[in-house]
Amino acid sequence: MLSARDVRVSLGGTRILHGVSLDAHRGEVVALMGGNGSGKSTFVRALVGAVTPTHGDIRLSGRPLTPSGRAGLGYVPQRLTAAGGVSATVAEVVASGLLGNRRLRAPRHSRARVAEALDTLGIGDLAHRDVTRLSGGQQQRALIARALVRRPDVLVLDEPMAGVDLESQVAFAHALGHLKDDGAAIVIVLHELGAVARHIDQAVVLEHGCVTYAGAPPADMGVHALPGHDHEHPHADLPTADRTGLGWDGP
Amino acid sequence: MIAMLQEPLVQRMLIVAVLVGASAPVVGTYLVQRRMALLGDGIGHVALAGVAAGWLAGSAAGLAQQDALAVPGAIVFAIVGAVVIERMRESGTAAADVVMAILFYGGIALGVLLIGIAGGSNANLLGYLFGSISTVTWTDVAVTLAMAAVILVLGIGLRSALFAVTHDQEFAYSTGLPVKVLNMVVAVLAAVTITVSMRVVGVLLVSALMIVPVAIAQLLTGSFARTMTAAMGLGMVLCVTGVSITLEHDLQPGALIVVLGVATYIVVAVGAALVRRHRRRSPLAETSS
Repeated sequence: MLSARDVRVSLGGTRILHGVSLDAHRGEVVALMGGNGSGKSTFVRALVGAVTPTHGDIRLSGRPLTPSGRAGLGYVPQRLTAAGGVSATVAEVVASGLLGNRRLRAPRHSRARVAEALDTLGIGDLAHRDVTRLSGGQQQRALIARALVRRPDVLVLDEPMAGVDLESQVAFAHALGHLKDDGAAIVIVLHELGAVARHIDQAVVLEHGCVTYAGAPPADMGVHALPGHDHEHPHADLPTADRTGLGWDGP
Repeated sequence: MIAMLQEPLVQRMLIVAVLVGASAPVVGTYLVQRRMALLGDGIGHVALAGVAAGWLAGSAAGLAQQDALAVPGAIVFAIVGAVVIERMRESGTAAADVVMAILFYGGIALGVLLIGIAGGSNANLLGYLFGSISTVTWTDVAVTLAMAAVILVLGIGLRSALFAVTHDQEFAYSTGLPVKVLNMVVAVLAAVTITVSMRVVGVLLVSALMIVPVAIAQLLTGSFARTMTAAMGLGMVLCVTGVSITLEHDLQPGALIVVLGVATYIVVAVGAALVRRHRRRSPLAETSS
């Protein structure tokens, strides 16, 4: 469903990604992990078309990542990236997820779609509240609803559980399980697996813009899950297969 | 007052006041949303250079009415300035604020110089700096009507898409929306709005007409669409009230409109704060409501 091959990105003359590849198949959840500055967010921005790679190929359901090819893509940024100066209701924010390349106005049945997405995340009663006056967890659920309202085939989430309350984490894990069962391919940036651990099928670890691990998710992230951990290990230079037996066989 | 409404000049002034009062806050809502409330000030300075350039062109062409090309000149300069600013914002140029400052101050300085070369005086620029609604002709009304129609049709017709882009640009990219085109629409609409509003409040106060009604509406509603609608209503009321008062009192219309707006903002802000305070002290009253 989602395929990224040898993606390289330079920003302001600095190479951020040095050839990152990732595959997320139907009904699969891929955890994208790595320390601060590893290039996770830049890779995610490339996956959703907000940054143009200098090299590489990104395909959604076999189609190139053109604006018209993003119809089946859902995206949840880490935070409201542009918490605007004007108030907006949760329903207005979520309805913006119904727009697309050739759809500059919300369709007629948008209210029902928005209500359905909000109910899925358990915030149907907040539809007419100002989104900026909600708690961090409620805001994050609104952003997830904005992605879900698109009924995406591929869902990309940038640290959706960072700093949100337990209730929101549980609601999110529940929604994630449903999406996976429905066949969506999901890429999720995480610092720790937390409430969604049981849904993860594959983990990809980035370090300094390169993939340093790709494989089964670790059973216990331990200290490696701590925010800011730079994922440097004494045997990190060894091929993954050679690390077995060194006391660290995962990221 | 009723007798005054029979006067063609009064009719023209009120028509222009309604058009500008309704259209300026539409674009202002997007600028506030993007936290670029002062953009109008900057483009206004550039538009002033366009006024002078148009004046110079009219003078060079030997036109009977030297300032016949002033408004077309302002439109061209304002649009070019808005596009340059948008390109810089989009590219994330490190020194964008410095470049913008140079553009703004260069605009007003160029305006003063060009008007002198054209054989005019700085007094000729005063009408554009502070507005000159009392001199509007039916041609001005027609031009204002056309430009206000463009602003209202695009600003309201594309509200969903423009909201998405100004609220969260990164998400807008992920949906496939034509983000760069829509950003450019906002920039060009801002330039057109400033040129339209120039006649009523002048370039020095044009930003106020775009922003103050939105700021007041923000205090009254928590919805983007309702904020825009309320701001349009407030803009019209403020402009018509200001112009109406100046019909009977010797006051500058542009300045009066802005002062009325700021005074309304203060009254509504204080009232809203008192209501919130009352609600906090009476939790049962809020629950029952």
